[in-house]
Amino acid sequence: MNAVVHAKAASRHLLSGNEAVARAAWEAGVRVAAAYPGTPATEILEYIALYPDIYSEWSVNEKVAVEVAIGASLAGSRALAAMKHVGMNVASDAFMTQSLAGVVGGLVIVVADDVGLSSSQNEQDSRYWGRFGHLPILEPADSQEAYAMVKQAFALSEEYEVPVIVRMTTRVCHVKAMVEFTGERIERPVTGFQKNPQRWVMTPANAKPRLPLMHERDRKLRAVSEASDLNETFQGNDQRIGFVTSGPAFMHVRETFPNAPVLKLGFSCPAPLDKICAFADTVDTLVVVEETEPLLEIEIRAAGVAVQGKNVLPRFGELAPSILRPAIKPLLGEPYAVPNRAQTDVFPRPPTMCASCPHLGPYFALSHIRNLNIIGDIGCYTLGAGHPWNALDTCTCMGASLSMAHGMDKGRGASDEKKHIVAVIGDSTFLHMGMQGLLNMIYNRGNVTVLLLDNRSVGMTGGQENPGTGENLHGLPAPRVDFAKLAEALGVRPERIRMVDPYELPTMVKLVREEVKMEEPSVIITNRPCSLTDRFERFKPYEVIDEQCTGCGNCIDLGCPAIFVARRETVTAKSGKSKELVFARIDTNACTGCHMCVETCAPEAIVQPPTPNRVIRIQPHA
Amino acid sequence: MLDRITNILVVGIGGQGVMTAAEMLARTALSQGYDVKKTEVAGMAQRGGVVSSHIRFGPKVYSPQIDPGEADLLIGFEAAEALRWLPYLRPTGVAMVNTLRIAPPVVSVGLYDYPVDPIGELAAFGVEVHSFDAGAIADQLGNPKLVNTIMLGAISDHLPFPADALKDCIMEGFRAYKPKLAEINAQAFAAGREAGRV
Repeated sequence: MNAVVHAKAASRHLLSGNEAVARAAWEAGVRVAAAYPGTPATEILEYIALYPDIYSEWSVNEKVAVEVAIGASLAGSRALAAMKHVGMNVASDAFMTQSLAGVVGGLVIVVADDVGLSSSQNEQDSRYWGRFGHLPILEPADSQEAYAMVKQAFALSEEYEVPVIVRMTTRVCHVKAMVEFTGERIERPVTGFQKNPQRWVMTPANAKPRLPLMHERDRKLRAVSEASDLNETFQGNDQRIGFVTSGPAFMHVRETFPNAPVLKLGFSCPAPLDKICAFADTVDTLVVVEETEPLLEIEIRAAGVAVQGKNVLPRFGELAPSILRPAIKPLLGEPYAVPNRAQTDVFPRPPTMCASCPHLGPYFALSHIRNLNIIGDIGCYTLGAGHPWNALDTCTCMGASLSMAHGMDKGRGASDEKKHIVAVIGDSTFLHMGMQGLLNMIYNRGNVTVLLLDNRSVGMTGGQENPGTGENLHGLPAPRVDFAKLAEALGVRPERIRMVDPYELPTMVKLVREEVKMEEPSVIITNRPCSLTDRFERFKPYEVIDEQCTGCGNCIDLGCPAIFVARRETVTAKSGKSKELVFARIDTNACTGCHMCVETCAPEAIVQPPTPNRVIRIQPHA
Repeated sequence: MLDRITNILVVGIGGQGVMTAAEMLARTALSQGYDVKKTEVAGMAQRGGVVSSHIRFGPKVYSPQIDPGEADLLIGFEAAEALRWLPYLRPTGVAMVNTLRIAPPVVSVGLYDYPVDPIGELAAFGVEVHSFDAGAIADQLGNPKLVNTIMLGAISDHLPFPADALKDCIMEGFRAYKPKLAEINAQAFAAGREAGRV
């Protein structure tokens, strides 16, 4: 039971931006919502799923999610699609054309830019899509604004029959702040789909007449933006610098320069250039503070206004007060010296795989086989690039592993002659965009060994459901795709489809060795669930018998975070060479009894203790 | 009510309960009438990475982020993490640190060293440091998951509102959702409060 779902109008709550979006969607009368999980947008759909009045689903990818929302809109329902910034690249094919045709029921695309790359492969400014696709953009700066703007976006979408983008960033999605609710759900009449081929069938003949209409809509939206109270001026008594800003950058500007006049753009595309020009006349110097690209800056400069921005501010990353202060102070003729602060030097702590993660087995195998080019994908298994495995050579985008591996096979260079090409991909990523790559590889007679790591969840984003898990967004039973049959249907020979328990290390290593040598594509499918999900079963923890540990370090190579180094010893072997021994210990709090490490231990020093209550904690040697 | 902004930084490792502790502090500040913002970057933190949660409260809060050198309180759920985030603490600030040491794989494989005496290093910078083994207290109370409440108890005397306000906020949650754990958490809070005074 989530209290926010049942909260009345005028109540106040501490909410993340994502929770606020969900509540606003419910109040706005949204009937259909779809998304594919992706940080920092994942929780939007998870919260929407708590509202029984809304049909909500995990779609298999962002393009599908937007298309589902478009279909619902054409039927007259209000619909929402949510995604992270890179999801927009996938979804763009759908909305770039629907922008021409327009919408019926309000259609809002909530996109979350991971400014600062807390959990992403790149940093993108989704505000480009507004310019590219002729779509209006609203930009909330905090949870209260996210709540208000999502509701306004639906009204705007219906009035101008256009999909509206609500552009969030990590610092809106994941910041908790006060939200006061102004309403409750309003059900809206649903017209049903009205057939109109000239409007909805985007053939060249039908699309062409829509082009001038789209540009006319741009002009109207520009007028709306000029008059919108979302573009708000905050007076200040220090006119030396006036700021034009949007999103969370506004908060940082107000924090850092509380006396400066600020024009805050909540309706940032089309930009209200007349309003900006008028504001510029009231200040000595105009500075644009925007995350991340100089979009407004270029448009303002093109309008003939002198403006500063990326000449002093970074073009990437968050524009926090600690970034703004040293960049802006010199413009005021106030030199800024970075304060002399304590500096500490602490080891890095990169994210790593979990204790008993089912990916540990495959990476143990990959790290023990020579002559592999390992083409990776997006998911927890990308961590295989790190220590101790060092067994992942590329990571680009969702589903790229199979197609890139195929290309690498076809484009082999002299140094690749003896290399085997391996693609590593997870269940959800395979279903998102990977299976097309497999189909393509089979069709074009490629030769790649595919490791399909099926952990029955979208692991990295927190264990969400997908068509491979047997459950849907609501945790209800759903048809479960059979990966072996799917691979066979795409053309992989049944003999080359190998199911394996990733915890059975000897089998895992043997299978990969066998399959990489084959002259045809193979798919090796692992079958253990993510150890952070409910499907995972815990067993009694293991521990190391100190006297029996020979210090070989094999178990450390597994990379399980429950295994740690108790002590190191340097000994001289009979050959006269010195050798370092690494004695291991197991953190019994973290160990789940998966037994993978037992298989690495020749002297059989890893055992399940008879007395289960003894707790051994990790205390690294100094 | 304080007329300036209070900045609290809670740091640790994914899975330790950093975000839950931060949530409790934010809710308590809210109950005391403050404007509150709380933010964390924890995209991949569940995978053993670093978690830091910023809580800012005062009459009106704009930016959710604490600037380096601006934190009034640093709560470290792990010793090396407290040291990592020290540059965020004011010279006049207070660090409350669990002496737990957790080495990541890069330390296990010998690429980096774990600091020999992170608490000593913290103290050497001149900030006020309180440290104790929260895990040992939790073990004495019979439940390792109590570390979170113990740490909150420990800092409860360093907040600009009464310790009982924080305690009440924690207890409210347990009474509503996990009533069986309410009593033991009350004990953990008291034990933490005692430990934090040393």
